[in-house]
Amino acid sequence: MQLLLESLFNGVAIGSVLLMAALGLAIVFGLMGVINLAHGELIMLGAYTTYVVQLIFKLPALQPVYNTYVLVAIPLAFIVSGVVGVLLERTVIRRLYGNPLETLLATWGVSLILQQFVRSVPLAHAAGLMLTLVLGFGLPLLLPQKLLAGPRRRLMCAGSWAVSALGGVLLAGGLAAQISRIARATSRNVDVTAPKWMRGGIDYFDITFPVPRLVIIVITVVAVVGVTWFLNRSVWGMRIRAVTQNRSMSDCLGIPTETVDVLTFGIGSGLAGVAGVAVSLLGSVGPNVGGSYIVGCFMVVVLGGVGNLLGTVLASFAIGLLTDLIGAGRLLTVWPDMPTPLADVVNFFATTSMAQVMVFALIVVFLQFRPAGLFPQKGRMVEA
Amino acid sequence: MTYLLEISGLNTYYGESHILRDVDLSVKAGEMVCLIGRNGVGKTTLLKSLIGLLRPRSGEILFEGCGVNRQAPHQRARAGIAYVPQGREIIPQLTVEENLMLGREALPGGLARNRSIDPIVYDLFPILREFLSRKGGDLSGGQQQQLAIARALLGRPKLLLLDEPTEGIQPNIVQDIEAAVRRIIAETGIGVLLVEQHLHFVRQADRYYAMQRGGIVASGPTADLSQTVVDQFLSV
Repeated sequence: MQLLLESLFNGVAIGSVLLMAALGLAIVFGLMGVINLAHGELIMLGAYTTYVVQLIFKLPALQPVYNTYVLVAIPLAFIVSGVVGVLLERTVIRRLYGNPLETLLATWGVSLILQQFVRSVPLAHAAGLMLTLVLGFGLPLLLPQKLLAGPRRRLMCAGSWAVSALGGVLLAGGLAAQISRIARATSRNVDVTAPKWMRGGIDYFDITFPVPRLVIIVITVVAVVGVTWFLNRSVWGMRIRAVTQNRSMSDCLGIPTETVDVLTFGIGSGLAGVAGVAVSLLGSVGPNVGGSYIVGCFMVVVLGGVGNLLGTVLASFAIGLLTDLIGAGRLLTVWPDMPTPLADVVNFFATTSMAQVMVFALIVVFLQFRPAGLFPQKGRMVEA
Repeated sequence: MTYLLEISGLNTYYGESHILRDVDLSVKAGEMVCLIGRNGVGKTTLLKSLIGLLRPRSGEILFEGCGVNRQAPHQRARAGIAYVPQGREIIPQLTVEENLMLGREALPGGLARNRSIDPIVYDLFPILREFLSRKGGDLSGGQQQQLAIARALLGRPKLLLLDEPTEGIQPNIVQDIEAAVRRIIAETGIGVLLVEQHLHFVRQADRYYAMQRGGIVASGPTADLSQTVVDQFLSV
């Protein structure tokens, strides 16, 4: 019983990190069909956002509310990664719709650029740049439409960008002066320290449940419920589903397809940012952190069936449970006196990295028999 | 009387092949205009140019007196042009109800302000009410055609473009569709531009244009549509 529970919890914990990381990709790759290799780097940006937010909350003025920094980091990471994603869609991916190979190459290039960016740009300056971008894109949306209409439009736009740039420079300068740790560029990994309430674990049934893992499970559940609601119940969700299934007809019905593309990509990227918060709670954050998640993300989406959220959810938990089963050598615990050769094999795979090898091999075998994943699209119109 | 839709000197190309050659055509409000011609003469291309899926190389499209050449399809839809394409193009994984909702997108304010479905479509096509929660892609061809027309009407268009609405559909549904289109014109006074092969449906239009090799070669009131013209331009 205890073994089962522990195994289940570990599996769900591993699965929920995977799911959180893959959720954004399920939208970008699954629904839009865009192969975004920079998805891992969007996760990394979310993780770095958490790091910067944490340092800001260590400042004397914010010290009393330090424990809540994770709650601030989640929406901020969403915005930061979302804005970078929107920028990426507007400048690169939009020109490459329908050309998967070119998209693959271009987004791989972007991922390299982003990795080098966090290595060679001081985080304080990067934060300033992000503030400029967020304000620059956000201000025109917040201002009343009347101000933007007519001949003053250009002036207002230029003005709002000037204000945003000023804000960005001030933030960059302020951060660099206040927090010496992010004033200079570094390619070394950094550590996010969890607030006090997130350290340790909760004991139940003689098992310790680490709190960060529980928090990640909660974040994931909220994110999945939110995304499901958004896609199935909201007006924009319906537009997104319509455009992903029949772009030209949706256009003819009056749906602004380009806006839908930007929004879809922005949300997918933003979710990667939230995944970054989760990732930063588990280990150290470095420029390469995205690379270690991207393969798993694509595996989850393909295994679940492209374009199917439920499939993504089940696939990530299946991978999580399987990883724990193999990685912790659970079979040996259940059946201690198994023949020696078999025990050797189980032991050989009972490490985190070898378990991953085994899981990926199993997925490859599975896809030989079910190439469309767990839940392939069905219905009359699929072939058409 | 001003025209609802007025096209002059329209030329559309697919790559380098010249499809539409100097097409002139007009539709008044409350009028049903039928476009006839054999397969491959450019009827569908003309409708696609009107809704904006294809960009004409030259010529002018005036809708309610305004040039719409540079507008994207969704802008034209919001201006009041509804398009029912050949092959229906129902959104397959959305339910019938959601497909109908998408028809409201063309109204001012879009979907967000218009979430209820006008019951007139159930009156026109009673079958739709029974299938509201089914996936659009699971309906039969005739049901999809009814859904596509209902979806177009929900945006309260001023001009309805119908591309072969009776192609490959069982006769009793063809009659329903004909009756629905006539009733809509009588009740709302919208203009309809119809591409059609069924002679029976063609006869109900007020005027016809006949196309050959991408150009308009004959036109006039359908009452004057003689048997020779029919034999020449309809493939039946």
